[in-house]
Amino acid sequence: MNQLLYSKLGSFIKVKPSLATSIGQIQLDRPVMLASGILGISLDVFNRLYRSGAGAVVTKSLSKEPWDGYPNPTIFSVKGGGWINAVGLSNPGAPNFAKIIESNKDVPIIVSLVGSIPEEFEVMIKEFENCKVTAYELNLSCPHVAKVGLEVGDDPELVKKIVTTVKNTTNVPVIAKVGLGTTHYLDTVSIAIESGIDAITAINTVRAIAIDVETQRPILSNKFGGLSGTPIKPIALRCVYEISSKYDIPIIGCGGVSTWEDAVEFFLAGSSAIQLGSAVGDNWIDIFDEINKGILQYMERKGYSKIKDMVGLAKKS
Amino acid sequence: MQRNHNHPTIVTIEKVIDETPTVRTLVFSDEVMSNILPGQFAMVWIPGINELPMSVMISEESGKAAFTVRRHGPASTGLFNVKVGGQIGIRGPYGNSFDIKKGKLLLVGGGTGLVPMMRLLTFVKSTDDVTVLIGAKSKDEVFFEDLTNSLLKNNPHKVIVSTDDGSYGQKGLVTDLVEKLVDETHFDAVYTCGPEIMMYKIVHSAHSRGIFVQASLERMMKCGVGICGSCCVGEDLVCKDGTVFDGQHLFSNKEFGYFHRNKAGVLENY
Repeated sequence: MNQLLYSKLGSFIKVKPSLATSIGQIQLDRPVMLASGILGISLDVFNRLYRSGAGAVVTKSLSKEPWDGYPNPTIFSVKGGGWINAVGLSNPGAPNFAKIIESNKDVPIIVSLVGSIPEEFEVMIKEFENCKVTAYELNLSCPHVAKVGLEVGDDPELVKKIVTTVKNTTNVPVIAKVGLGTTHYLDTVSIAIESGIDAITAINTVRAIAIDVETQRPILSNKFGGLSGTPIKPIALRCVYEISSKYDIPIIGCGGVSTWEDAVEFFLAGSSAIQLGSAVGDNWIDIFDEINKGILQYMERKGYSKIKDMVGLAKKS
Repeated sequence: MQRNHNHPTIVTIEKVIDETPTVRTLVFSDEVMSNILPGQFAMVWIPGINELPMSVMISEESGKAAFTVRRHGPASTGLFNVKVGGQIGIRGPYGNSFDIKKGKLLLVGGGTGLVPMMRLLTFVKSTDDVTVLIGAKSKDEVFFEDLTNSLLKNNPHKVIVSTDDGSYGQKGLVTDLVEKLVDETHFDAVYTCGPEIMMYKIVHSAHSRGIFVQASLERMMKCGVGICGSCCVGEDLVCKDGTVFDGQHLFSNKEFGYFHRNKAGVLENY
């Protein structure tokens, strides 16, 4: 009797879809995060982003000491869409930053770390022992600063040592953010997985340059920067698709998401959550709620109750 | 092709005016910048040197705009040293602008903070009664006094200059003068731009008396478009939420008047 009643009701009552997602052990209420490098130096701003719909906030990549970054110009707007930036990983340093987020209660904060040797990562993680940290994200892919980021990610032995050290230092989930360097990113992913990584963020910005035709010189003070935004979305999506096809590892898609359709594409390609940054520059922080709403409407239309229902669906054929 | 305001437009400096030994105005032709609103800013690229946020100065000639810059750090000194014929890149306009009220208005500018005040003066109605306070350290650092008078020639107005050392105009801090003025006269609105401690005191003087007050804030900026986060003041981003903030909002911000961030993002006291 009950069964009959439920099945009849089921056809009338639609289950309200949930935006909650999990990336391995990482549980989030919403699947859209702020990517590293964007807006991340004050807890007040993190709270505001969380209130605006971000499921988590990834901090700027933190180094052992404060870094000033490069002189301006540090950002360039590409005609037709996208940005090239060489901010140069400016950040207040892990010890100062730990103080900034010490009083964090509400916001899921993913602390991004950058360094050259395993010991630096170990020392930095210890700084955050008294902070509410949802996960660590290792920056193995920044394409415009020497001796860190992509130069580390391109060295498989170093990746192995860093991931192993970090995993032995903390019980908090650890994510590796990979990018397009001289070592194939799938090899970097493979080594990170072998070394115990919990999840992968793919991808970082892509090394690029901008030249001004009037003054006939590169515009950015560092000459080279990283291309982000809509131009790299299809590439990032391809990477997520390839990683999820080859490995059984939770993935966070990152690269050029600016609409709910972009976010859904990344889910369908195999990522359980997404990160965005450039779209904040184009649409400001209302973008999080806009994308959340679009995803929910899509889920209602397609009859999905949770994000996981659509993760990897594009690979079914 | 339509101009992308995030993309640097290269302009050529046509005229350089020495305002004081340390302040210069660089004039260029650009329709977009000539029409921006008071409080908005541009990111100014000095090729090979740096890029910095600048308020856009008015020009007497239509279709032209200017930057009034004080020689200070490497970026501002780089801009200060651009000669006639030199090329700079500009992107923007960025940011919000002052809410222009009617009636009895008080404008207070310290140093190059006078730039948005001059643009604001081009928006007042001829029926507005306008008082402008110009604060400077000493006589040779006073500028825009004649310009202010000429912009207000059709208005009931008063222009008061104060110098910290008393070498010109009234002696003392411009903030003490504001405190006195808001006690004597009822203003419908107070607008200010200049050093943050100055603005903090002025916002306090006006806000505590229930007078509408707005300040245009300055912070270290890298991107100007709400990506890098360098210009945050508490939860506000000067480039996107400002540069203009209401007094009431500023008083709920724990950092205004107390802290700013350096290039690395480390909080420093004023």
